[in-house]
Amino acid sequence: MSTVVRHEHAHHFESAEQEFSAAKMGMWLFLVTEILLFSGIFVAYTVFKNLYPEMWSEASKQLDWKLGAVNTVVLITSSFTMAMAVRAAQTNERGENKGKIVGLLAATILLAGAFLVVKYFEYSHKLHVGTLPGEHYFFPGIQAANAHIFFGIYFLATGLHGIHVVIGMSILFWVLLRARKGHFYNQYYTPVELGGLYWHLVDLIWIYLFPLLYLV
Amino acid sequence: MSASNSDTHAHAHGGNYFEAARGLKSWLITLDHKRIGVMYLFWVIAAFLFGGLLALGVRLELWAPGETIMSADTYNRFFTLHGLVMVFLFIIPGIPAALGNFVLPLQLGAKDVAFPRLNLLSFYIYVVGTCMALYSTIAGGVDTGWTFYTPYSATTGGSVVMMTLSAFILGFSSILTGLNFIVTVHKMRAPGMSWYRMPLLIWALYATSIIQVMATPVLGITLLLLAMERALGIGIFDPALGGDPVLFQHFFWFYSHPAVYIMILPGMGVVSELIATFSRKRIFGYRSIAFSSLAIAIISFLVWGHHMFVSGQSVYAGMIFSFLTFLVAIPSAIKVFNWTATLYQGSISMQTPMIWAFSFLILFTIGGLTGLFLGTLGTDVHLHDTYFVVAHFHYVMMGGTVMAFFGGVHYWWPKIFGRMYNEALAKISAVLVFVGFNVTFFTQFVLGTRGMPRRYYNYLPEFETLHKVSTMGVLIIGLGVTIMVLYLAKSLLSGEKAVANPWGAKTLEWTHAASPPVLHNFDETPVVEEPPYHYPAPGEESRPTKVPA
Ligand SMILES: [Cu+2]
Repeated sequence: MSTVVRHEHAHHFESAEQEFSAAKMGMWLFLVTEILLFSGIFVAYTVFKNLYPEMWSEASKQLDWKLGAVNTVVLITSSFTMAMAVRAAQTNERGENKGKIVGLLAATILLAGAFLVVKYFEYSHKLHVGTLPGEHYFFPGIQAANAHIFFGIYFLATGLHGIHVVIGMSILFWVLLRARKGHFYNQYYTPVELGGLYWHLVDLIWIYLFPLLYLV
Repeated sequence: MSASNSDTHAHAHGGNYFEAARGLKSWLITLDHKRIGVMYLFWVIAAFLFGGLLALGVRLELWAPGETIMSADTYNRFFTLHGLVMVFLFIIPGIPAALGNFVLPLQLGAKDVAFPRLNLLSFYIYVVGTCMALYSTIAGGVDTGWTFYTPYSATTGGSVVMMTLSAFILGFSSILTGLNFIVTVHKMRAPGMSWYRMPLLIWALYATSIIQVMATPVLGITLLLLAMERALGIGIFDPALGGDPVLFQHFFWFYSHPAVYIMILPGMGVVSELIATFSRKRIFGYRSIAFSSLAIAIISFLVWGHHMFVSGQSVYAGMIFSFLTFLVAIPSAIKVFNWTATLYQGSISMQTPMIWAFSFLILFTIGGLTGLFLGTLGTDVHLHDTYFVVAHFHYVMMGGTVMAFFGGVHYWWPKIFGRMYNEALAKISAVLVFVGFNVTFFTQFVLGTRGMPRRYYNYLPEFETLHKVSTMGVLIIGLGVTIMVLYLAKSLLSGEKAVANPWGAKTLEWTHAASPPVLHNFDETPVVEEPPYHYPAPGEESRPTKVPA
């Protein structure tokens, strides 16, 4: 008795292996474009950190590194649950791992949600005290000029990252729905694997953003 | 992703890809790379005609000094929109997304690109981007020039944010197409189609795709920063707010210099096909042409600073960028020499696509060599921001890419639509465009060396004659293009039916697929047994080239 839905490869591929390796390569290329997108922000970060070093360290101290650290732990844990979900799908033979896949995906999504909640508190604090980008900046506590640029880059980097978290959650939710229908087993787990790759990238970007913004 | 039933069903009819399914809806939701290519083709030709009308407006305004037909503000919007439409809506998607989409899987012997849904998505993203660009012209227009230089672009009126977001969106379309092509080339080649058996168009599209994937995200973040600069005043590019306007130029050209190779490399690929086919000869230096495409793709990332010789970057940076710019000319020259060597002792047939290929060879060579004038620090200081730059750019982009695009359109037209066009009219049109082009832009080299600045609305009386000549050239181009539109439209309606291989070409789309091809391209997957362009070698005359009747 089989409880998995057997996968048929799309008509324009010769085999399921060809389909899988094409999908995986496409995902890797997509991840490269994501890294390049963020690299523009890292360049801007480097330029202005060198242009206004005192302002930079003063402004950076306004960020709460404890909240940043909590979020880092949350995301690393979510990467771990994600990797476990992929493993569960790869070793799923007749549907015996279905509950495990669904549970681990749900855990990953919940951790992503926890990250956003922490981010929400950080953002609302900044809205309140006025450490905001550009012309909306009104925080009186920083002596050095041009602190609005730091917060412009802060909001752009974390905002863009936050959007990626939301997109990642949506993708993983779609994967979860399919996992519940029993679509993934050791012969076919492409969406779990690719969703996982995407999620690891989202984590990785945060692992760079955290020290650069909060600790420097 | 499972095989859709409607596809299998349609295939059973055995008709060509037009007959496989009917009705508007079958086009709007098609996953067939050929149909997506055709939709792109009509869209980019429409963009070309629109951009051309804008150019006509600019040139008519410059017929005489002072106000001729429009105000200075309108003029600024015209040339900005001309640049944006031609670059982002026509040239960048022109060859890869329209012709490439159609030809690439066929030349590889594949049934489709690797990700057909992504392909359709990239088309719709392109449509959305186009609509946003059009909307921003109605809602205030943009007068920054296509380069969006800060701080002007952060402070001027008009709908700059909408236009930058449009270019941002169009960038995604370009990234997805590039990504799709790279994976297709790696994973979808027919049995026997090794890397060195791939037609040179594939190599060129592959190199282009690498640039699209690697450079476009940087444009994306640049435009996002610019949009934030305008919306929130974040101050990154505005010196009044502590920002650095030259940083914008670095960001912009880090994308936009490689982007000129996104625009020219596919043209080089098309010309390689045309020259091999219409010389009936194996292409000379196959590998060096193939690898020069990759060399261009790599070096193109290292030369962006040659746009900023007078922008206040350091002298040493200028020298290095100047050197690297000379370096990137080498692979382009390698291609030109190899094409010329292919022509040597070939049995050249001057059919319409070949006339376009010759136009390309002549004009691109002039465009490339004048690029070296501009890459040289000393002369660039003199020529910077003059009509010389405008002329150089148009010799490369229009003289190069547009000629190759039209050569490609005329070459693959019988394959795409299954119909021939009026050869005599086509030749007249090609010659008119070539002549008109030189009248328009050669004068601009002269104007530039005499000190006429680009983008100016008004000019000194001594430039009037040359400006008038240049404007007359545009009218000649316009005549040529009008004739082309008419005979191509006639061909669609009542053209003579095309045979499978009217040119006696050697690549798979001609030798193994019908005109137009069936839904899944080939009746059975082709098996490749010889290198591309395998015409008899000189002295091997006993083996005649088969030219189907
Ligand atoms: Cu350049």
